[in-house]
Amino acid sequence: MNSVVCIAQVPDTETRIKIGGDGRHIDENGLKYIVSPYDEYALEEAIRLKEKLGGDVTVLGFGPDRVQQSLRESLARGATKALHVKGESGDADSLGIAKVLAAAIKTVPHDLVFFGKQGVGTDNSLVGPMVAELLGYPQVNVVTHLEVAEGKVTAHREIEGAEEVIEAATPAVITAQKGMNEPRYASLKGIMAAKKVAIETKSIADLGLADSDIVNQRVTVVSLELPPEKSGGRKIDGADPAAAAKEIVRYMKEEAKAL
Amino acid sequence: MTVLVFCEVLDGKLKKASREALSVGRKLAEAAGGDLVAFANDRAAAGDAGRYGAKKLYVTSAGDYNTETYTAAMQAAIGQASATIVLLGGTSNGRDLAPRLAARLNAGVASDVDRLEWTDGKLRARRPVYSGKAFATVEITGTPAIATTRINAFPAEESGGAAAEVVEVSASTDSKTKVIETNVAEAGEMSIAEADIIVSGGRGLKEAANFALIRDLAHAIGGAVGASRATVDAGWIDHQHQVGQTGRVVSPNLYIAAGVSGAIQHLAGMSSSKHIVAINKDGEAPIFRIADLGVVGDLFTILPALTEEVKKAKAH
Repeated sequence: MNSVVCIAQVPDTETRIKIGGDGRHIDENGLKYIVSPYDEYALEEAIRLKEKLGGDVTVLGFGPDRVQQSLRESLARGATKALHVKGESGDADSLGIAKVLAAAIKTVPHDLVFFGKQGVGTDNSLVGPMVAELLGYPQVNVVTHLEVAEGKVTAHREIEGAEEVIEAATPAVITAQKGMNEPRYASLKGIMAAKKVAIETKSIADLGLADSDIVNQRVTVVSLELPPEKSGGRKIDGADPAAAAKEIVRYMKEEAKAL
Repeated sequence: MTVLVFCEVLDGKLKKASREALSVGRKLAEAAGGDLVAFANDRAAAGDAGRYGAKKLYVTSAGDYNTETYTAAMQAAIGQASATIVLLGGTSNGRDLAPRLAARLNAGVASDVDRLEWTDGKLRARRPVYSGKAFATVEITGTPAIATTRINAFPAEESGGAAAEVVEVSASTDSKTKVIETNVAEAGEMSIAEADIIVSGGRGLKEAANFALIRDLAHAIGGAVGASRATVDAGWIDHQHQVGQTGRVVSPNLYIAAGVSGAIQHLAGMSSSKHIVAINKDGEAPIFRIADLGVVGDLFTILPALTEEVKKAKAH
């Protein structure tokens, strides 16, 4: 059972976002980057499958040099191989990124391709299904539980107010939702072992693609803005619960028109 | 110029997300002097689609939602309608289908948009990024331009049109996936994704059992139950209820937060709610910075009083 886990590097969720000087990108100064939280569930699932069934877990990341740090962290957790496609991913649209990843995935033996259900940054939730389409694979999105059998997987997909149990032929693309598993931390042994693994590096050109295939092709960010500062409203003392309840209900009726 | 809206039907009626997408789709079509058309898996939706301004309803006989068969059917409908813009309500299925379709058609797509406009022959969309810590305005070039609409961001407005003309679409029904079972969540549990009102609980509830206070109020109001990440991570409540950066980003009409201090990730996920009420015993809690009405006090006494008061108000 070989898996590829595609990881996105995103600003730490604690970060206060600042807009950069060009008004189109975030200010990267002093930003701390992490592996996108949903990708951790994807990685953990692939590692568990490897522990049970053998095979390799290849972590794949596209972006500038800093991506190597996230790949290294993923190796420390239990991935066995790492592939870094070096390039400026900042102005690539989702389909551009998907084209790079799909081309890279083809160079690695695999039965399953894992993603997080969204990158906690640009929040597009697009790349996983796009890669599935480009590779001609089935996809199961927002998966909370996965079982693997010969030539197929059974995945639980979260939808509004229900879950679907879906059978998909492999190879397949799975996007992981929180709750799929409990991701492990890297062990000291894992960290030491990860240092010995060479991260394979490829350029976009190595994959037969050019920057013009992926940058600003279809979707361009025109501007980036912070949300309007909320001023905060009225604050009342809730020492008298009945009076507080009455005031909330008045607000709900008269201002929110919600009752 | 034609706008095609992917619609989902539940119990013979269009889902709210679909009605919202049709409503903004109609405005785009009007602005560009074009037509609005719709797609669904049920011809019974023709009346509803017409009421929201669709001239035609492309109907697939592919049955229930399946990524691959619906991608093929939508591709066929887009071709038949020569659609310039394709909108999908931001439901689980809309968000599953849009990227697959975009890759099939080599088209640009924007997810979870809360503003749309048609200018100089291009679709401009605004969308929250970093879970709402910032907003990006994007321009989509090429045809079709695809977007999924954020639920609750566009009001659903009927235009009073006649039933849409039904046009059958046929497409490949090959698929490498099949749904073998659908398990519906506990009865009466409303999804936070589509709710107009959300009542959320945080760590201030102290223990899992006290979520009953949140559920009682949500039930009395007719809203959904939300939760902070801390309570989900503690195992007090299922992840489907989590609001915030690693949960759902929501924008209901009314958001009531009780015992939620307001971590940056939580605020990002709900600060675009139209009306926010916060109940917290710590008057300095960050949640008060964005609350329209803040109540500094004990949720254990205020929530039951509020539930009673809501019941009284509803009884009138």
